[in-house]
Amino acid sequence: MKDFLKVAIFSLLTIGAFTAYSNFGIPQIVPAPPPVEEVLDLEAMTMDQFIALGDRLYRGKGTCTLCHNELLRAPLLDDSVAMALKHMSDPNYKGEATNVEEYLHESFVNPSAYVMAGFGKAGSNDTESPMPDVSAGGIGLSEAEITAIIAYLQDSSGNEVTVSIPTDVPEETGDEESEGGGGRAPFDSAEAIIAEFTCGACHKIAGEEGEMGPDLTQVGALRDKDHLRRSMLDPNAEITDGFMEGMMPAYGDQLNANELEMLVDYMAGLK
Amino acid sequence: MQKRNSRIIMGALFTAVFALFLLPSIVPGLDASLAFADETTVNLDVDAVTYDPAPKLTEADYPKISGVNSRVVVWIVAQLHLWFGAFVLAVPIFVFIIEAIGMSTRDQRYDNMAYEFIKISITAFSLTAILGGLLVFCLVLFYPDLFNYLATIFKESMFAYALLFFVESAVLYVYYYGWHWLQGGFKKWVHLTLGLLLNASGALLMFLANAWTTFMMSPAGVDAAGVFSGDTWAAIHNFLWNPINIHRMIANVAYGGSIVGAYAAFKFLSARNKEQRAHYDWMGYNANFIAIAALLPLPFAGYYLTAEMYVYSQQMGITLMGGVFAWIFIIQAVLIGALFLSANYYLWCGMGRSEGAHRYNPYMKYIAVVLVVSFLVWFTPHTLVLTNAELKSLGGPYHAILGPLGIMPAKNTAVNLLILFTFLSFMFYRRANKIATVPWVAKGNAVQVALFTAGIINIFILGTYYGYYTNTVYKIAASIPQVLTTLVIIAISVAIDAFMYKGSKEVAPLRWGRVPPRSQYALFLLAVSFTWLMGLMGYVRSGIRQHWHVTNIFRDNSPDAYTPGLGYAANVISIATIIFMAMVIFVFWLSTVSSQKSQATGYWKEQGT
Repeated sequence: MKDFLKVAIFSLLTIGAFTAYSNFGIPQIVPAPPPVEEVLDLEAMTMDQFIALGDRLYRGKGTCTLCHNELLRAPLLDDSVAMALKHMSDPNYKGEATNVEEYLHESFVNPSAYVMAGFGKAGSNDTESPMPDVSAGGIGLSEAEITAIIAYLQDSSGNEVTVSIPTDVPEETGDEESEGGGGRAPFDSAEAIIAEFTCGACHKIAGEEGEMGPDLTQVGALRDKDHLRRSMLDPNAEITDGFMEGMMPAYGDQLNANELEMLVDYMAGLK
Repeated sequence: MQKRNSRIIMGALFTAVFALFLLPSIVPGLDASLAFADETTVNLDVDAVTYDPAPKLTEADYPKISGVNSRVVVWIVAQLHLWFGAFVLAVPIFVFIIEAIGMSTRDQRYDNMAYEFIKISITAFSLTAILGGLLVFCLVLFYPDLFNYLATIFKESMFAYALLFFVESAVLYVYYYGWHWLQGGFKKWVHLTLGLLLNASGALLMFLANAWTTFMMSPAGVDAAGVFSGDTWAAIHNFLWNPINIHRMIANVAYGGSIVGAYAAFKFLSARNKEQRAHYDWMGYNANFIAIAALLPLPFAGYYLTAEMYVYSQQMGITLMGGVFAWIFIIQAVLIGALFLSANYYLWCGMGRSEGAHRYNPYMKYIAVVLVVSFLVWFTPHTLVLTNAELKSLGGPYHAILGPLGIMPAKNTAVNLLILFTFLSFMFYRRANKIATVPWVAKGNAVQVALFTAGIINIFILGTYYGYYTNTVYKIAASIPQVLTTLVIIAISVAIDAFMYKGSKEVAPLRWGRVPPRSQYALFLLAVSFTWLMGLMGYVRSGIRQHWHVTNIFRDNSPDAYTPGLGYAANVISIATIIFMAMVIFVFWLSTVSSQKSQATGYWKEQGT
């Protein structure tokens, strides 16, 4: 019995050590929740908003930055227009695009039409791209969303945006989550907005202890409403000392006017 | 002796081939799909079955039981089933090998040990079946649409699985209960063949179950909407099927060895006399040997599986290694480090069994240093999650020195050294009580030293030059020659030692049982770490599907569709491990009481003569 107890305690201590290490020894990253589709009101959208949508999709649902980043798992797309022109004239190009817009679209749905040297699937001798068709499968971008990303890529590379906002696409991106839903319901409280956009991941706010951004527990005593509003619409306009530029996304496209004001009022009340 | 060994191997091969030929007739779907049916015939088949696309579920489609978290229940039951399944599949593999060694050497100790191993697995076999049934029950109860979808595609293989389970059970019972009956001459051959049949049916069972799991990760035989083409073989032979088969087969053997090692350690600690201690010490040593022999190639099998995941879907690979799961591999490094360190520690303690080992003691501290340094490199994270202030003071997310050690070339180098030096520990242990008598001892040792030196230099060059000074393609590719270098060193060293120590002189006997009790705790550490590690890897294998039941085809819309965080997962794994360990102790206890007899004097009525 004594041996049994010793062994049991030893085993429990070992399991306890692994559990403690996993809980306290490494950073606790909370995985992003499953993506929820939104219904796009394309008719009411300006080109700037459409480009901003493309930016969001590029970094979010499209998962483009997973590979197209400085680690060079895939080519950087900071000058995608010049790249498109160059590739279309390459003898290895197997696609059918006749202009930049078509080429970019083709590269989304048929990435193997042209594979840059060194970026092909292992063993394919750069004839096959490891990139999936982004209009299908897990990414499942709609035509309008692909067009928005093309607009963003053209704009971010300093070129003229040649695409137009689609108007003949009914209920874009409406898959099973959004069918008949008419978009997300408006937020009814500032707390709900803070929870949804996980502000606490970077800021100290609403009981959360984020450290990447400024402490907002008493922000109302330090900033007026105009400043607070601006910091949400254009976060890089003014950076608090000790924090880095470019860390916070702009929320102007993700909140309606009422919601923005509700959040501003809430924060102004944090004193 | 040579002739007898050849006969054993030939018999084993014959049965294996026979079992493989049976496969298509057992799995009805395979028969049709393996045939080279031409497309025209298929198109003209007016009776062809049409299949529905993968269902699009809402939260309401998932049955709920108040106060029960369906995902956690399925998670724990599936994990318990997998642990027991791994154990009962592994034990017959090495029981078969040990029995064959016993037949070859005519040393009955091996036969007795093999019997004791299989005795332990008998109760575990029942528990595996019960947990398998419970898992199906839970899936039907909590995820009926998913189960229905999978059953539509895999109905033939599921039916074959059930039949095969009967075959395996029947063979196991004859194998176990007929152990003492089928002894000597031809009967022993029949018994060994039964062992092979048991392994063949067990392996087939695992391969079939693996097909269902890997289909969920890398679906095949279905279109983008999840409509099944009717080709069962395509669905079974999906992209990740074989990588998982290989990885699980090797891991099962290592795992089975570690659990049996824990059993031997438990019996050693509770032994009441020298004979028992000697027996269970010997048993523990053999179990540890099995675990380590399978553990050495395991990182390579894992690496192959991961590489195949990248080939299948770069997104899946990046989610695994660069996304939220990246930190899993730091925990994994700690666990594998624990496995290697405990295995080495056990070997070093075991060197106390013979006075002849003293001459190797001075080297152990150097081996320990290499193991610890390699472990620390493997354990070094690449991307650090930092606060703003830390980011600023570091000048970026990568530390100047630790950053380069966090990437795969450094880790590959470290793991190859970890394996090589564990092998070196083992070589010293094997030589402990012997002195080679062949005239070319000095030359043989010199060749081995040169081999190790050249190999380690090669591993370093491949890891540093190709890892840091060339592009990504070479970084990944360099791992293969690194692995080959390690394997070549091990293979040639084993061959040289086998010839060099043939007819060697015993310098001091190995005194089984003469090990400190603390060495047995290394065996427990091995078993517990292995169990926990398998749980962790099960979480990540399943988790990389993210919010999909079947990757990119069948979305998970249950309330638990989110990926749980590491801490939460660790807690679930720990609870499951404790349940598993309690059940394993129950199995051990049963095997102990089954051999005990109580004299109930005066209880039974005297029978008149």
